[in-house]
Amino acid sequence: MDTNTLQILWFCLVAVMLTFYVILDGFDIGAGIVSLLIGRDQSRRALVLKSIGPFWDGNEVWLLAGGGCLYFAFPTLYASSFQGFYLPLMMVLWLLMLRGISIEFRNHIVSDLWRPLWDKVFGVASALLAIFYGAALGNVVRGVPLDGQAEFFLPLWTNWQPGSDPGILDWYTVLVGLLAFATLTMHGALWVKLKTEGSLANDSRALARLTAALVLLLTGAVTAASFSLQPQIVRSFTAQPAGLIFPALAVAGLGIVFLRQGDVTQFLGSCVFILGMMTSAAFGLFPYVLPSSTQSGLGLTIQNTAAANYGLSVGLWWWIPGMLLAGSYTWFLYRRFAGKVQLNSGH
Amino acid sequence: MDSALALHRFHFAFTVTYHYLFPQLTMGLALLIVILKGLHLRTGDAHYNDSARFWARIFAINFAMGVVTGIPMEFQFGTNWSRFSKAAGGVIGQTLAMEGVYSFFLESTFLGLFIYGEKILGRTGHFAAACCVFVGSWMSGFFIIATDAWMQHPVGYKLGPQGEILLDSWTALIFNPWTFWQYLHNMIGSVVTAAFVMSSIGALYLLQRKHEEHGRIFVRVGVLAGLVACVLMLFPTGDGQGQNIARYQPATLAAMEGHFETNPAGQGAGVVLLGQPDVEKGKLDNPLIIPEALSFITYKRWNAQVKGLKEFPPDQRPDNIPLLYYSFHIMVGLGTLFIAAMSWATLSLVRGRLYTSKPLLWLLFLLAPFPYIANTAGWMTAEIGRQPWLIYGLMRTSEGASMRVSAGNTMFTLLGFMGMYALLSVLFLFMIWREVEHGPESATPAPDALPQPVPVIGD
Repeated sequence: MDTNTLQILWFCLVAVMLTFYVILDGFDIGAGIVSLLIGRDQSRRALVLKSIGPFWDGNEVWLLAGGGCLYFAFPTLYASSFQGFYLPLMMVLWLLMLRGISIEFRNHIVSDLWRPLWDKVFGVASALLAIFYGAALGNVVRGVPLDGQAEFFLPLWTNWQPGSDPGILDWYTVLVGLLAFATLTMHGALWVKLKTEGSLANDSRALARLTAALVLLLTGAVTAASFSLQPQIVRSFTAQPAGLIFPALAVAGLGIVFLRQGDVTQFLGSCVFILGMMTSAAFGLFPYVLPSSTQSGLGLTIQNTAAANYGLSVGLWWWIPGMLLAGSYTWFLYRRFAGKVQLNSGH
Repeated sequence: MDSALALHRFHFAFTVTYHYLFPQLTMGLALLIVILKGLHLRTGDAHYNDSARFWARIFAINFAMGVVTGIPMEFQFGTNWSRFSKAAGGVIGQTLAMEGVYSFFLESTFLGLFIYGEKILGRTGHFAAACCVFVGSWMSGFFIIATDAWMQHPVGYKLGPQGEILLDSWTALIFNPWTFWQYLHNMIGSVVTAAFVMSSIGALYLLQRKHEEHGRIFVRVGVLAGLVACVLMLFPTGDGQGQNIARYQPATLAAMEGHFETNPAGQGAGVVLLGQPDVEKGKLDNPLIIPEALSFITYKRWNAQVKGLKEFPPDQRPDNIPLLYYSFHIMVGLGTLFIAAMSWATLSLVRGRLYTSKPLLWLLFLLAPFPYIANTAGWMTAEIGRQPWLIYGLMRTSEGASMRVSAGNTMFTLLGFMGMYALLSVLFLFMIWREVEHGPESATPAPDALPQPVPVIGD
């Protein structure tokens, strides 16, 4: 394959892996928020946790596998963005840690102090992670002040304006963070509704409806702000109107959430919405992967960050069989633990 | 800039050292759990299955710790070693991505099935799940060692027009001659840790006179696996690894052995057992030396010449020679003691006296922390020995750090990790203590830890 095809192919593969991460880990992060918002008593929170029990760890692997592929396929992008987003990434790590141990350690001790403590940690860490991930995506869309060596470093905040000297947090990235929070809450609530019965499922349905409305509002606001802040998005969609399929997917997904009732259908609708949003962002920025907030010429593109041809093509040889295997384990696991969860008797 | 570099180095060293306390147990334990499950399948003795379940619970806690402390490692390649990643990501990203795709999916899926799915999988299926966890974790170890091996002995690359390092041969990267011995040495080292921990808990139960049937199984499996693993650590894997260092990193060999002067022709170089290196004066204080042994170990000839440290220009020598020297000597010294202790225990086991021998049980119980020290010292030998290079001969450590991340920001996150890991340590020890207190009998985990498996219709 020629250089251009390989680079575009790997861009798509990495984008798909990271989108899978958002969809899969997204529902268990969302479940954490659900547990925080409507997990009124211990048994409800236990049910929420049980609904993600065998899955969350594997879901997180998509981040590591997708991150690893980003690392070898676009090493300059990985190096540049991880250095530049140093502080928020470290905080994401701490949140992932707190979340992981709260899920793993909670059940080891039966105590009225121990369990609520870890449930709270799980919920708060999940909520903050959702906001951080959204803000991170907002930073990528807005662009960062890259120098000529593809390097930058962003403080957590400056003047809260997305100008030429932005911080990680400004009004725009916070807005995207809120959208991510609303989206993952809706996604998680639909998952919990799918996996549970009775009052918890009913409350999840109500929460999903409420957050879906919020998602609709925030999506409108974020879309308008993105088009005005990042001129590349306008250029991409006017140059290739076929790309409108991606935003159409998002609209269709959200439509399903609003208009249909089935547990699985609604959850899949939410998955399609996330898929549509992520691919719209990727398509809108393409060929940029990290635009510059100062001069567009300094932005990182797939061409100036990709590894050499040999590495990209040899990567396909192990990636394809590896992902077929990984997909089959994932399928097997989800089939094995399909159906509603219940608390075992004796609790 | 100096202090930022020093902090980046310490940041990685601290987080990776802490991280490796957990995989070194789980990788070895995965093998021992397969053995216990296999013994259960063959003998039908339920004690083996209880034992496997007990160690699976210990495994799960350690695995969770390994996962949460492992994610920062992959991140830090970019956050703290951005220039290194930019230059070499196209090469080492391959092995790191393969770890994610091939090992982590396998491990995470089958660990869930192994922990939660004994009822639905049946005896053979559960054994198979244990095997998958073992394969996943040992593959994971392979990809990490292959990555480190490339930094120790870069192969299969070419330099691009701007000096970037490009992958030239994937097979050379995977079949790096450095990887073979380092992989085996490292993995068997993790079996040493697991075996010592297992026999330690077994000895504790026998000393406490509780769970004695299981205690005997732990001691028996731990001591036998421990003896075999300890011997394999010395020969052939330790020897093979030493050959690699002698061939590819002669300055490292001289520094870790405390060998300052090249030995004169016709007279072999000795192995230093004890002594304190005085780097400024270029000599060893209070040396206790076995004559000619270093020549023999390295080149299999009693009078072979081994280059002394002084033959290498100062900017080619490791930058912390005393620490390197002590790390190496602590590793080898402990390894030797381990062989002695496990031989004694095996002898006593064969004679049928081990389970009642108080001194030996106390020894086995108290030995548990030492493989952790030995494995850590071994990794310090490898990584300090590679200095001043980040990629041996290609990129210096000082050239690889993230230059845009200031010392203040690095200190901030370092302190954050220290606080987080202090908290994790307390929780971890508390959890492990509870499991050990609870013991291997009546092995039912807390009820709502178990998701309700539903049989798949149409399977």
